[in-house]
Amino acid sequence: MDAFTTHTGVGVPLRRSNVDTDQIIPAVYLKRVTRDGFEDGLFAAWRGDPSFVLNNEAYAGASVLVAGPDFGTGSSREHAVWALQNYGFKVVISPRFADIFRGNSGKAGLLTAKVDEKVVQRLWDLLEDQPGTAVTVDLESRTVRAGEGPDAIEDSFDIDDYTRWRLLEGLDDIGITLGHADDIAAFEAERPRWKPVTQRA
Amino acid sequence: MGRTLSEKVWDEHVVRSTPGEPDLLYIDLHLIHEVTSPQAFDGLRLSGRTVRRSDLTLATEDHNVPTVDWDKPIADPVSRTQVETLRRNAEEFGVRLHPLGDIEQGIVHVVGPQLGLTQPGMTIVCGDSHTSTHGAFGAIAFGIGTSEVEHVLATQTLPQSKPRTMAVTVNGSLPAGVTAKDLVLTLIAHTGTGGGQGYIVEYRGQAIEELSMEGRMTVCNMSIEWGAKAGLIAPDQTTFDYIEGRPEAPKGADWDAAVEHWASLRTDDDAVFDEEIVLDASTMTPFVTWGTNPGQGVPLGAAVPSPEDFEEESDRIAAQKALEYMALEAGTPMREVKVDTVFVGSCTNGRIEDLRLAAEIVRGRQVDADTRLLVVPGSVRVRLQAEQEGLDVVFKEAGGEWRGAGCSMCLGMNPDTLAPGERSASTSNRNFEGRQGKGGRTHLVSIPVAAATAIRGTLSSPADLEAI
Ligand code: SF4
Repeated sequence: MDAFTTHTGVGVPLRRSNVDTDQIIPAVYLKRVTRDGFEDGLFAAWRGDPSFVLNNEAYAGASVLVAGPDFGTGSSREHAVWALQNYGFKVVISPRFADIFRGNSGKAGLLTAKVDEKVVQRLWDLLEDQPGTAVTVDLESRTVRAGEGPDAIEDSFDIDDYTRWRLLEGLDDIGITLGHADDIAAFEAERPRWKPVTQRA
Repeated sequence: MGRTLSEKVWDEHVVRSTPGEPDLLYIDLHLIHEVTSPQAFDGLRLSGRTVRRSDLTLATEDHNVPTVDWDKPIADPVSRTQVETLRRNAEEFGVRLHPLGDIEQGIVHVVGPQLGLTQPGMTIVCGDSHTSTHGAFGAIAFGIGTSEVEHVLATQTLPQSKPRTMAVTVNGSLPAGVTAKDLVLTLIAHTGTGGGQGYIVEYRGQAIEELSMEGRMTVCNMSIEWGAKAGLIAPDQTTFDYIEGRPEAPKGADWDAAVEHWASLRTDDDAVFDEEIVLDASTMTPFVTWGTNPGQGVPLGAAVPSPEDFEEESDRIAAQKALEYMALEAGTPMREVKVDTVFVGSCTNGRIEDLRLAAEIVRGRQVDADTRLLVVPGSVRVRLQAEQEGLDVVFKEAGGEWRGAGCSMCLGMNPDTLAPGERSASTSNRNFEGRQGKGGRTHLVSIPVAAATAIRGTLSSPADLEAI
């Protein structure tokens, strides 16, 4: 998992609340046997609509999603996180996230920045007025920035210390455990020789 | 203070323990099948990682393999892709695989014990909730999700918070004709499907000690159906006799050292469980489910309950919904419920002892004209053993279907499914809505009840059959 310190990318205003994991990626897209390629199922029900925001050329290459409250509710499928990442999103900004989705995101390296509802409103307005505007999300200082001049937005976001540390270090669960490789090796050296193996060298 | 069996096994596997964090547990055996492993292997690939201990990993194909024409390409594209992906991953990462057509292929929870890989005092995980089956040997065994499968592949460990402990003590002996399946269905009806939530359960007492290894596996298999994290039984002579001589069992001096250690794996007399349930086996009878979760069961001799029989409002609503789905009328004697299909098989009741018992009841009789009997061995070894003993002929002569090994109608991921509205008596472990096919209605039963039901066409026990 790549370390995350700060990210600047095109923001997309998703003016919807209660976007559940079924809307992020419908069940029919889950039959795949890989962890990539889920981008084509992202928001599949809405992508057919030409006026859907992700179909607007002005937001091409977007990597920061700005959504309404209660993002990621519903079934706990990890595919929802993969679909967002596969599409290219590095950050989701919302006033409120579903717990399991937020947990899954942190583990997979997708930053979920929780901001005040007013900030989301201002970001939406800005991104709709000036499509293609970049949003900067600085994990070290926990701030979101966008725009210039008098309308510039700068505010703080919430993220728990543990997840922030993991993202800054680029550590997934496995990476953290592999950090204890010496302990694992020491344990293995002490295992009784009669413990079964499935194949011999 | 003394420790319980599960605490002893747990403590032996702690690689690292830090206050406020889950323990890092070492995993002795990681079992893999085609449904929950593809993304785990892909995750390894994406992050440039490898399988740490392929010599502690074993893969087999079971969930969606066909049980007829198994020498032909799998017809369903999703099933075929999963199976082919497992084959590619096993090859790439050097994992031992028993594919369709291999003599050791079968349901993952039948294959482990049969090879002698499942042994007392181990930690065993698999991306499948019925991994608890292996607890019958005195192992801590539980199901995990796909990201945990990836974690175990990469590290051979898993961060785990220590569950609470529970004892289920079953005193007395099971009456003749009452099996391990009836015991566990009785227990689940007693506790409800959430009664074991957060616990590792130790099954103990005279009735448990008197069970064969097959019977113990049936009990531990269904631990998850009442919410337990895992279920286990202290290893004893029955356990050692079952393991001795199996292909992957310790040999010679290793065997002696292993048995010496295994014999120490017992709950200390002064150990305290967080919770305890006591049941009396001598009052148990054949037990069947009427509803859509494994806790909705009654004795075979009883009638379909009425929603009014339940105290809790939520139970009444659940019963009402279940009766509608199952198309059952309150007050109907369970013995009068007509069954279309009898399924004998699964990791709950698909081992050789189960097939022998079923054949004994079916022998010399004819399956009811309106009922279909499907017999699916849990593994290729079980199939070959049964054929050597002529059990296949017994089933076929009675009018039953004899199939190849796999999960089959337990979950209907392969072509073996119930048609909408069809009713089954099934020796498997889950009677959820649509589990055996969309709109299918499942009654969970023991092997003797399944066999007798196939003959009479209505839910029955061998005692209901005419003598021959
Ligand atoms: S037989 Fe049924 S319960 Fe057992 S592993 Fe297969 S699908 Fe799961």
